[in-house]
Amino acid sequence: MTATPGATPTIVLVGHGMVGQRFLEALAERGLTATHRVVVLCEEPRPAYDRVALTSYFSGKTPEDLSLTDMEFIREHGIELYVGDPAEKVDREAREVTARSGLVVGYDVLVLATGSYPFVPPVPGKDAEGCFVYRTIEDLLAIEEYARSRATTGAVVGGGLLGLEAAGALKGLGLTSHIVEFAPRLMPVQVDEGGGAALLRTIEDMGLAVHTGVGTQEIVVGEDGAVTGMKLSDGSELAADLVVFSAGVRPRDQLARDCGLTVGERGGITVDEQCRTVADPHVFAIGECALAADGRVYGLVAPGYEQAETAAATIAEDEKSFTGADLSTKLKLLGVDVASFGDAHGTTEDCLDVVYSDSRAGLYKKLVIGRDGTLLGGILVGDAEAYGTLRAFTGSVPPVSPESLVLPAGAGAPVQLGPSALPDEAVICSCHNVTKGTIRGAVTEHSCTTVPEVKKCTKAGTGCGSCVKVLGQLVTAELEASGVEVDKGLCGCFGRTREELYEIVLALRITSYRTLLDRYGREGARGGDGCEVCKPAVGSIIASLAPTIGAEGYVLDGEQAALQDTNDHFLANLQKNGSYSIVPRIPGGEITPEKLIVIGEVARDFGLYTKITGGQRIDLFGARVEQLPLIWARLVDAGFESGHAYGKSLRTVKSCVGQTWCRYGVQDSVRMAIDLELRYRGLRSPHKLKSAVSGCARECAEAQSKDFGVIATSNGWNLYVGGNGGATPRHADLLAQDLSDAELVRLIDRFLMFYIRTADRLERTSTWLERIPGGLDHVREVVVEDSLGICEELESLMTAHVANYRDEWAETINDPEKLSRFVSFVNAPDTPDPVVGFVPERDQIKPDLPLLTIGTRPLEGSAQR
Amino acid sequence: MTLAPETTRPATALTLQLLLEEEDWFTVCELSLLTPGRGVAALLPDGRQAALFTDRAGRTYAIDNRDPFTGAAVLSRGLTGTHQGRPFVASPLLKQRFDLESGQCLDDEDVRVATYEVRAA
Ligand code: SRM
Ligand SMILES: Cc1cc2nc3c(=O)[nH]c(=O)nc-3n(C[C@H](O)[C@H](O)[C@H](O)COP(=O)(O)OP(=O)(O)OC[C@H]3O[C@@H](n4cnc5c(N)ncnc54)[C@H](O)[C@@H]3O)c2cc1C
Ligand code: SF4
Ligand code: FES
Repeated sequence: MTATPGATPTIVLVGHGMVGQRFLEALAERGLTATHRVVVLCEEPRPAYDRVALTSYFSGKTPEDLSLTDMEFIREHGIELYVGDPAEKVDREAREVTARSGLVVGYDVLVLATGSYPFVPPVPGKDAEGCFVYRTIEDLLAIEEYARSRATTGAVVGGGLLGLEAAGALKGLGLTSHIVEFAPRLMPVQVDEGGGAALLRTIEDMGLAVHTGVGTQEIVVGEDGAVTGMKLSDGSELAADLVVFSAGVRPRDQLARDCGLTVGERGGITVDEQCRTVADPHVFAIGECALAADGRVYGLVAPGYEQAETAAATIAEDEKSFTGADLSTKLKLLGVDVASFGDAHGTTEDCLDVVYSDSRAGLYKKLVIGRDGTLLGGILVGDAEAYGTLRAFTGSVPPVSPESLVLPAGAGAPVQLGPSALPDEAVICSCHNVTKGTIRGAVTEHSCTTVPEVKKCTKAGTGCGSCVKVLGQLVTAELEASGVEVDKGLCGCFGRTREELYEIVLALRITSYRTLLDRYGREGARGGDGCEVCKPAVGSIIASLAPTIGAEGYVLDGEQAALQDTNDHFLANLQKNGSYSIVPRIPGGEITPEKLIVIGEVARDFGLYTKITGGQRIDLFGARVEQLPLIWARLVDAGFESGHAYGKSLRTVKSCVGQTWCRYGVQDSVRMAIDLELRYRGLRSPHKLKSAVSGCARECAEAQSKDFGVIATSNGWNLYVGGNGGATPRHADLLAQDLSDAELVRLIDRFLMFYIRTADRLERTSTWLERIPGGLDHVREVVVEDSLGICEELESLMTAHVANYRDEWAETINDPEKLSRFVSFVNAPDTPDPVVGFVPERDQIKPDLPLLTIGTRPLEGSAQR
Repeated sequence: MTLAPETTRPATALTLQLLLEEEDWFTVCELSLLTPGRGVAALLPDGRQAALFTDRAGRTYAIDNRDPFTGAAVLSRGLTGTHQGRPFVASPLLKQRFDLESGQCLDDEDVRVATYEVRAA
């Protein structure tokens, strides 16, 4: 590119959307940020975010979660980013851009990535209060606010991909929702008539009202200027107090038109195969605002990314071109899969269709096959399981017959076509254009051994996420093929995973660790004493299945005693000086004054340090091992029970004060928290479990940071799962909405038992959800839709747990044999351990640490064998 | 709870004894007080503490009870196991493992705890 001699050449990017951000990354990857000044004019009040995932805002993602912009990246590459300052004028003569703030920037290269705007049909009343579009985070915030404060019925104009997403979101906000589509079917662009019928049935079954083949003629406006309904082309009227227009998008090419660049007949800035505008070699256009060399405007992110790469390559004087792209899409709306890929409508000459359809089950699958057997494209509705593989096979002759690819399992010959049959050039991740060969290379050359590593290395799977499943299969296949022993074993003693051991224990009703080790342990470990990893893990499996397999429920009985970690062994938490802490259960954080007084008296009488915990209860520290039964005798007597602060089991169910007192509360969150805590107390699990219940969307109980969190709605409860605090916090995902009390409990029963069954040792629900194939969607299929047919079993396992729960401390203090372990010394049971000492601090005690330092070095010599 | 068949519980009351100095066997407790896979702490006449263990084969071990990494007298409360055929205990505080026969720390070659000769009589 030409530049003023001596000065650093400047690249100006107008529009910081998804494609703009990708362009910046491509510049950085090619080293152009080092050689150029890069200025970005961003119209929206926030830098680039994931527009594709916009709707996930309604299932709990925050605007921050959606962000695509790492400010560290912007700083590191010296990019000048002007947020909230759109370009207003381009002077191509002077090569200058003027922004709204008055900022004028000269450029050597100008890149337009201004995206699209939602098309609003010119019907009367379209600007009334209560009419919205669905494009930006700001749009969503406005819709949410309006829906919460003054709407009960919503209507979406447009039944395409975005319209369906918007309608799903309105339903999620608690509105009765209508979809009005001018075409005779839903998603007319992606699916054909048969697919539309299957989709219609499923969408209606979800309680959304669909009106196809009718147009919107007028928005009816009430006296206060707000929407009250709409008139349709068939003469009918639809009452609605919120309208979302989703009738397609148009390229934002005004800036380009104003400065005389060539635009297409139906809009879009005309560019060549290098994404350079045909009118001016200094100007590029990429993303949804560009009319590509093949005469199309692409409304998907994957082609936009490729254009971004192409523009960056061209600026770097590398060779790359964009000649067109695949329009494959996969959508998951309220659990319905819809996918189309390749030549979905069968426009290729002489092609044939293979169709499987079951409208009762809402299934429709069509493959378009060429004369020579080449897979050209297809449509999948209701089950898009095969999407990733089929899309990758598009353009080649699949190794098995097309019929077998669409027939459901059980009907005829179901064929699971593994990704191993794909050629290396097959594109696995179309968002980032990553081929199977690249993914294999990540494993073989860059020694990635897990899906997260491969994602990081290749970017595959980090866009829409639809390829992650195939990605996982490829990584495993590749590892196995390259002879890498993928040892998924629990530890040095067991070559099996925790999940496999769970299944063995359950199926064979094995109640003894030794039996399991001797029969299912690794060769060399059989007959041995196991290790500190598998003993507690197996102990936990046996404990969580105890009533069902006929094992003793009490965790310290018989052999179980030898398996437990020291905390479980003493039913208390070991502290740094060898003393213990005591945490009585305070369900839901609710406690009577009498019980508070007992805690106070016990702490005073035994000289314990007291602290309010982060879990809404009280911890008593500094008990000697021989004092534990004495302290607990007092607590049990006053009605307390173990809080399992020591166990990999349910900790607390925090609550907010809720409807009873709080002016905003819409349900009784305290009662629900207590019910849940009492139901799941004592349940042994792969890691600790935490929960919380909030009485309204203000979320004072922080339910979205819990393994299972519950938030009240005016219609019931929303259940969130997989949240985590700690070192790697994770926001919980919405699993189901507006549940009744009974539905909520049933769903949590299933969720917890499914987690306990399939998680790895010490894997919180958050990491488990991230790891398991299919993630949240898979869990929802299993626990909500019962896709594996195991829900009844999961529920009965939980029922058995609830029925057999007994308080461990009450059992312990009433059994002299169990009490015998609570001694300081086997030969001097009442002599306190001399290194457990305390010194005063802030009117309480703390461990006497200098006492511990005596003898911290190993003793040498004496009496060795 | 089914215990594995080969678990042997001594029929007669044997006592556990530690060798403190030459020919000086110190009686700690009855062997039957020990659970295979778990330990107990014993207070020695000079104020030191020992951690005593037994494994599933009925072998007994004794090492110093003090965890050299933290100073707390807690090794008797750790979990035992077998590593490459040798018995060990993992400290309940920071989980370092110690060979029950040599006292050698398996996670830090510079650290070793004292061991005692032990017998059941
Ligand atoms: C006492 C308490 C701190 C306090 O004074 O408030 C506490 C104390 C301990 N926490 Fe915690 N955590 C306490 C609330 C929390 C919270 C807040 C909450 O629950 O709302 C969190 C973040 C939420 C979460 O877990 O997602 C929390 C995240 C952790 C973690 C990190 C877990 C993770 O998944 O990253 C650990 C480490 C672990 O479990 O592996 C941990 C481990 C521990 C241990 C068990 C460390 C240890 O092994 O000794 C501490 C034991 C204390 C004891 O001996 O009693 N603690 N800990 C809180 C007890 C709550 C209760 O009533 O049971
Ligand atoms: C709800 C929803 C769901 C979607 N789902 C999918 C999907 O599943 N798969 C898929 O492939 N695609 C999907 N899309 C489409 C996808 O989001 C777009 O293809 C993609 O965002 C296009 O990127 P872009 O950078 O070209 O445009 P945008 O992301 O729209 O970015 C353009 C930016 O330019 C800014 N701008 C405009 N004019 C100016 C100016 N004069 N000065 C400064 N800034 C300006 C705009 O404010 C905007 O921020 C979805 C879109 C929506 C709205
Ligand atoms: S979450 Fe809602 S109901 Fe609960 S205390 Fe906060 S504002 Fe009140
Ligand atoms: S195809 Fe979208 S992330 Fe891979």
